[in-house]
Amino acid sequence: MSAAATVPGIGRPRLPGPVWAWLLLTPAFVSLASVSFYPIVNGLYLSLTNTSLITQENEFSGFANYVQLWGDAQFWNAWWHTMWFTAASTILETVIGLGMALILCEAFKGRGLVRAAMLVPWAMPTVVTSKMFGWLFDGQNGIINYILLHAGLIDQNINWYGSPDTAMTTIIIADVWKTTPFMALLLLTGLQTVPNSLIEAARMDGAKGWITFWHIRLPLLMPTLLIAGLFRALDAFRVFDLVYVLTGGGPADSTETLSTLSYKVLFSTLQFGYGSAVSTAMFVTEGIIALVFVLYLMRQIRRAQ
Amino acid sequence: MNDTRSPLQTIVIYLGALLILVWSGGPFIWQFSTSFQLDKALTSGSPSLIPDPFTLEHYYNAFVEKELHRYVWNSLVVSLATTFLCLFVGSLAAFALSRLNVKGRFGILMVILSVSMFPQIALVGPLYLVATNLGLLDTYTALIITYLALGLPLVTWVLFGYFETLPREIDEAARMDGVSIPGLLWHIILPMSLPSLVTTGLLAFITAWNEFLFALAFTSNIDRQTIPVGIANFTNLYYVPWGDIAAASAVVTVPLIVLVLFFQRHIIEGLTQGGIKE
Repeated sequence: MSAAATVPGIGRPRLPGPVWAWLLLTPAFVSLASVSFYPIVNGLYLSLTNTSLITQENEFSGFANYVQLWGDAQFWNAWWHTMWFTAASTILETVIGLGMALILCEAFKGRGLVRAAMLVPWAMPTVVTSKMFGWLFDGQNGIINYILLHAGLIDQNINWYGSPDTAMTTIIIADVWKTTPFMALLLLTGLQTVPNSLIEAARMDGAKGWITFWHIRLPLLMPTLLIAGLFRALDAFRVFDLVYVLTGGGPADSTETLSTLSYKVLFSTLQFGYGSAVSTAMFVTEGIIALVFVLYLMRQIRRAQ
Repeated sequence: MNDTRSPLQTIVIYLGALLILVWSGGPFIWQFSTSFQLDKALTSGSPSLIPDPFTLEHYYNAFVEKELHRYVWNSLVVSLATTFLCLFVGSLAAFALSRLNVKGRFGILMVILSVSMFPQIALVGPLYLVATNLGLLDTYTALIITYLALGLPLVTWVLFGYFETLPREIDEAARMDGVSIPGLLWHIILPMSLPSLVTTGLLAFITAWNEFLFALAFTSNIDRQTIPVGIANFTNLYYVPWGDIAAASAVVTVPLIVLVLFFQRHIIEGLTQGGIKE
């Protein structure tokens, strides 16, 4: 490519290709370095200090924050909630999404309309989703209670997100509603790469629908399924908007997640040192989740080869 | 495959399709209907999908009492600026990675992608301190700089994927004609990539339009707060104004839905390219 520097006929001096390449990459690097990498490193440093915006202290305190974190019941409470939310929503979204994708894979009238409608939950701002579920699942006038009551499925109104027993379930339902259709569209493109001839051949040999699914489509879809699951899990792990707007972590801390807890420690108590320890612990947990997924994925791919 | 389908299978497929349609559209249709109903009708205990009587009261409340248009304006400024910056910076990077023989380009792409998976709550504290020190709290600038970095990974990936599909012969022909490297990007590659630029621009716009966490932390004044923060704070003293919230939801969601439906084919293609690349 650097041959360009010697192209005759143009008067302007030319820079060689590699110099151009780094020049063009610089704005992106500067942006990501200052808004993503710097805060992570700075957060790591802050987590080793007793920084507080109230007392104006910012002295090095070693691992004191992490020792405190280890014994902090609120932190572990939020940690378990986050893990539960991540696992439940990822699994539900992948399984239901796969079901939806299998339906969309078939030819039927109005398929374009259905596919278009599936983008609605994805495009909607999460804050709006959160408020919308607040209204749908309202304990008194919510339409969900009305439907369930009139269908005879419950005999009295459920105080969905107002009671510690059902609040987390409500949030999981809201997340599954918002993300599953999009997951289905991702899986659909994966399904469409499975050659039809393979399925036809199996049918010729007398294989029933679910057998072709189990032995042909699913194994071929596995890499897509795992990667989509990984991205979904990492995203679910960071859940903030939905919880913060719908329940604020309550009632009785029953929906507190790591993101909402960090936010409160940072911006309500202004303990930036301790808050950074919470978010760093979260970063580490997320890294472990990603690592486990990637290792499993690599093993699957190696086995397939 | 149509001819091998049994009647039972056909029923299952149409029933499933109907379920997906209700799942995706139902809740928002109910929210939309709510926005035209009187509070009295909403709490009457016998909900109805058709507003009777029909009212625009909630829209009046949303705009006049809650000044929704000010949040909309802030969101527009921030989202549009973010979109153009993302496209500019992202296309420079994607072009370099796709066309200019960068060493270790897949490593760079993986790093860019993994950045988008960082938990945002881990970024917000340190960035808040920086914004305070630079006097950037309650400014559009702080939000735009942050959203640029949030949108950049996806934009770069999707554009990179698209640039890779353009034949290399074009580059060679252009270079023979003495076109410079920036000229190649500006006059040849970008004009050929318009569909992809529209999709990625829309994705960057939606990212900025919907973002809540940083907007919540960095702004405390209606002069700079964006829509998600505005709607999150939509509460009355004694009761939750579900009708007003529904009206505001409709105002900020309907334009987005129209845009998305208009560009749906490109969006799905673009995202599968960026999100899951086999």
